[in-house]
Amino acid sequence: MDNRTIVKTDYYPDNNAEQDQDYAHPTMNVPVQPEARQHRRTRESLTHIKGWGADLDRKNRPGVPMERTPPRYTPANMPTPPAQHQHVEVLVSNERPGITPLHGTVQPPSGLSGMMRRAAFKYTENDLRHWLMLLGADRVNVVEGIVEDLAHGHVPNILGEMGIKSEWEHNKAGLAKKVAIAGVLAGAAYYLLKRRDERY
Amino acid sequence: MLAMNYRGPYRVRAQYKSDPTIEHPGDAIIRVTRSCICGSDLHLYHGMVPDTRVGHTFGHEFIGIIEDVGSEVTTLKVGDRVLVPFNIFCGSCFFCQKELYGNCHNANPQSTAVGSIYGYSHTAGGYDGGQAEYVRVPMADVAPIKIPDDIHDDDAVLLTDALPTGYQAAEMGDIEEGDTVVVFGAGPVGIFAAKSAWLFGAGRVIVVDELDYRLEFVKNYAQCEVVNFKEVGDMALHIKKMTDWLGADVCIDAVGCDAAGSVAQTVTGRLMKMQAGAATVLHWCINSVRKGGNVSIVGVYGPTFNAVPIGNALNKGITMRMNQASVKRHVPRLIEHIRAGHIDPKAIITHRIPLEEVADAYHIFSSKLDNCIKPILIPPRAYETTRPVTNSVSEE
Repeated sequence: MDNRTIVKTDYYPDNNAEQDQDYAHPTMNVPVQPEARQHRRTRESLTHIKGWGADLDRKNRPGVPMERTPPRYTPANMPTPPAQHQHVEVLVSNERPGITPLHGTVQPPSGLSGMMRRAAFKYTENDLRHWLMLLGADRVNVVEGIVEDLAHGHVPNILGEMGIKSEWEHNKAGLAKKVAIAGVLAGAAYYLLKRRDERY
Repeated sequence: MLAMNYRGPYRVRAQYKSDPTIEHPGDAIIRVTRSCICGSDLHLYHGMVPDTRVGHTFGHEFIGIIEDVGSEVTTLKVGDRVLVPFNIFCGSCFFCQKELYGNCHNANPQSTAVGSIYGYSHTAGGYDGGQAEYVRVPMADVAPIKIPDDIHDDDAVLLTDALPTGYQAAEMGDIEEGDTVVVFGAGPVGIFAAKSAWLFGAGRVIVVDELDYRLEFVKNYAQCEVVNFKEVGDMALHIKKMTDWLGADVCIDAVGCDAAGSVAQTVTGRLMKMQAGAATVLHWCINSVRKGGNVSIVGVYGPTFNAVPIGNALNKGITMRMNQASVKRHVPRLIEHIRAGHIDPKAIITHRIPLEEVADAYHIFSSKLDNCIKPILIPPRAYETTRPVTNSVSEE
């Protein structure tokens, strides 16, 4: 015996009101939306807010117009600053003709991360490789930082650098959870390595 | 000197390094008395910004006292108390002459897409920042602003970035009287954007976040409505229901690339780095704003690309404005607002942490521990040198 359900495929109502009930469809008979009108508060209802409307007049808005010429806070036609003496390596975007009169001089590129950064600057800022190589260099630089610490006889307190003291003070439950997760992962890794060693 | 020292994602420490020196005749050396950790610093801390080098000192929100000046500095002298806008700028280039101080073309050789920012990676110029005892400040005659005697140090340090950025976020929304403004993010910038929206004449201000303590704070501080996005289904639908089914007039992204709220965006943007961070809030802004409305973006994103519904923005006729805040442009007006009692910036400071404990300060702020909203770092000896100034306005 075929007891499959007969599926009605004709959802369109005809003129028979009784039959229309049988063919009811979720998208049918949706009420027409009321006319949308924005309800706005009156000035009187906002007077309790200190300073309300103080900058309503655009003349009081320091950012209007967006590009203000001449500037109010620097002299008009101010001369370009003299060029800063360059005493360290500074990487320069190839989307400009040369180094800027002012530049930062801290943490010049060095080591493997420095090589990666120099390579990144062969590409324009418009080229995704420029940014991805810099991000990659940043990760290499983290390892270089640890090596540098150790080379100077300093064992970095990584948990301290991550703020474990404040985590213990303000989020003991969260800390316990992190320790438990780390313990489970370490245990699983140990078990898998031990199993592998036993097979050989 | 003692300075914050970046060691890698989620790892920072306080460490002694060489004092900065005058490298250009327009430089000054500033002894830092207050510096903040900014939400933008967390993007660096999380390893999201390319060319963030080990050993870098972060910190673009700081005030201090002039310790030394270069031969060409004429307007400042040793001993002056100054606030330093987070933008490093020359004042003379094509962009500075249009008051686009966040887009200076003469101070960052490493990137044309980004202006120069203290302590914000080499992509932003490779300058060490102010989470230190001393900092080199280029073009000292141009950028730093003498702090008026009646402005408290804690207010002044928030005038270097957080308050001007929040204020510019609201300004770029081009708010008209009675507009409904939705601010995504209840961090310091979002809080100030909400507060500023009223100054521009908003009729409703709604702030969206996932942290109840921050929503409670902003509700009281900025007298706004709040939405916890974890308690609603679809964000855009929820905003439509709140706004007569039309959508908000103005949406503000005060979060940027570290946004929560979408598994797909978090995995591809924050974890796998397949995009320049999670663009969750950009989606929410574009899909929650009304047709013809404005989207203002001050949340920071990386330099690569993000998956955003630009087609919806086109078809809805949205105007989008975004930039790093042009701090110097806003400070005079914001000082007037502080004096008038319209805004009390220092009220958002929840944590004062010695610079020596910078690792814990970052962790508390990044992990939102201890109901943290805004932490400030106090360098050694700064306790003796800051002047407790009483504001001329009454507390709110």
